[in-house]
Parts: sequence; structure tokens; C-alpha cells
Amino acid sequence: MEIPYTIENRPDTGIYNAKLGIWLFLASEVMLFGGLFSAYVLLRVGAEPGTWPHGWLDVKLGAINTFVLALSAITTLLAWAACKVRQFGKFKFFHACTILLGVTFLCLHGYEYHDELTHYEVHLTNGKIADGHLLDESKDFDLAQKTGSLTLEGRMVEDSRELVDLRAPAAEAAKIQEITVPASEISQMGNYGPSHNTFTAIYFTITGLHGLHVLGGTLMILYLWGPGSRMWKTDPERFTNRIEVSGLFWHFVDLVWIFLFPVLYLT
Amino acid sequence: MSESDHSVSLDHYIRLCAVVLLVIVCTTSGMIATSFSHIGTGWTLKVTLILSIAVINAFLVAGYLMHLLTEKKLIYIVLGFTVFFFIGLMGLTIWATGEPPVGTILH
Repeated sequence: MEIPYTIENRPDTGIYNAKLGIWLFLASEVMLFGGLFSAYVLLRVGAEPGTWPHGWLDVKLGAINTFVLALSAITTLLAWAACKVRQFGKFKFFHACTILLGVTFLCLHGYEYHDELTHYEVHLTNGKIADGHLLDESKDFDLAQKTGSLTLEGRMVEDSRELVDLRAPAAEAAKIQEITVPASEISQMGNYGPSHNTFTAIYFTITGLHGLHVLGGTLMILYLWGPGSRMWKTDPERFTNRIEVSGLFWHFVDLVWIFLFPVLYLT
Repeated sequence: MSESDHSVSLDHYIRLCAVVLLVIVCTTSGMIATSFSHIGTGWTLKVTLILSIAVINAFLVAGYLMHLLTEKKLIYIVLGFTVFFFIGLMGLTIWATGEPPVGTILH
């Protein structure tokens, strides 16, 4: 049995079924990310003054990712346009670019996650805090047994409030140094993972969900670029519509990032 | 194989995309510059400015790359409902910040 309206438009809706389907799906996605954005707003507005982190994320990396995703949105559109004008070679080229850019975005984001997960806040028994990236850990390091030591590249502060705003003049002027801390002097320590505070929790939740969308989109485009492109020989119109639908999803992923970047990195 | 679609020109799309990318790069730079500026503007104004620029970027992507400017009426209806519920969601959020539930511990 042939599926109706995969190519021609339905008389009552004026569009083919897959297009209506993807728009309905994107509408539900807006509400999904909307819920998380509203959670972010609630957490941020509800935070005590001077306690919400500022300048914790790498703006340069975020900006590069914005450019990468915008460029990938453009190559997706060009891939669809190439299908429309029946230039399959150009479609292959543009969609290959999209896949590479999607992978680049994920790699950069992975690097950023790694940066957060190797960044430690170590509270010492004398009340001071050593904050920085983990450089080395002695083989016998055991926090429970109080043996060994670890080395961080960062700074020593008196109060955790000094770690909140990294764009403050004092934080920017702080001297970065190697700090070796014996386990016997550590009262507690933790990395900047999701459990660190509400900011990292919402940051990892939203960007993690967005990253999964990028991963899903990349795999889908990879399929359409590879084995899925066989349909071009038998039904090019339907294949072009598939490219359009996948492109709409990819543009939505770009749209979400357009708001995520300023909200998380710049404000 | 069916005939190509003569209403679509690849060159036209390449030119359009170049313009869109250029504008996105410029506006993103503007957002970053606003964020790092020390011009004594309040936090609220800065956030408003940055998000306004983000809306311009979103308009470019949705309007031109997703062809929303020339879409069918049904898509607008679907998006109209989405906007309505999204505004409701955000409205409830803002409302909730002013009226915490009974028993909420405020520091």
C-alpha cells in the first residue's frame, strides 16, 4: 500500500503530510525547551543576589559553536536547494559539510564538558578554598583515608563568594598558579559537574538535551547522506521532501542554540 | 527522474545564505560586545539588549532558512498555538516568582 501525500500536497492542508508532522513535532519541542528555559528563569530570579555564577563558561567556545551551528544550518538549506535543482553531487557535498559541522559542534561541547568535569573546588581544613583544574593526583591519593595529594592549576581564595563572578576585576586579576594540596588538609571537594550547584545542574540539563538533539540530527542526516540517499534514484521528489523535513529539524536545533548561547554564556 | 524545480535557484540560495551568515556573525559579535561592555548599563537593560539581538538571529533562521515567511496558513496556525502556550508557560513562571507557594522557605 502506498503512503498518501508524501510528495504532493494534501488538498485540505495545502502541504505534504511529513511537513505538517515535523511542524507539529517542533511545536512540542518548543514546549519542551520552553519548560527548561522557564526553570532557568525561576532558578536565576530566585537565587540570592550575588550567588548566581557569572563568567563561568568559555564565551569564545560558545561563539565558535554558534558559528559552527549557523554554518551547518546554511549547508543543510543548500543541500535541499541542490536536490530541488537536481544536482545530486552538490547535495552530497553540502550534506557532508553539515555532518562534519555537527560532529565539530559535539566535539567542542565535549571538550567544554571535560573542562567543567576536571575543574575542582577544594575546601581546605583551614577555611581556604583551592579552585582550579586538576593537573595531577598522586597514586596513593585517597580522600577517605587522607593519604596522598593532588595538584590543581588555579587560585586560592578565602571565601566561596569570590568564585561566583569570574568577570569581576578581582577574579580577572587573580594569579593562576599550581597548587598542591595534601589529602589530610582537604575537608571536602567536588568538581563543577551537574551536582555542583543549580547553575551547573540547569546548564548540563539544557545543553545535554540540546546535544542529544544535535547527535540525533547528525545521525539522521548521516543516514540520508549514506544509505538513505538510494531513494534519489527511485523517487527524487520524495527524497527531496525528506531532506526538507530533516533540515527543518536541524534549523530548530540551531534556533534553540541561538537562545542558549546568550542566556547561558552572556547574561 | 522528474524535471528540476525551476522556481529554485542554487545561486540565489548561496547569496541569501551568505547574507544570513554575515548578519548572524555580526549580531553574535554585538551580543558578546554588549555582554562585556562596562558602559554602566544595568543588568536588566543588558539582558534585554542581548535577548533582542538573539530574536533578530532567530527571525533570520526561522524566516529565511526555514522559509517561515512564505509558509502555508496551517503552519502559522500551529505556530500561533505554540506561541500562545509558550507565552502562557513563561507568564506562569513570572507569576510564580512573585507568589511562592505557602510553606516555601525564603532565605
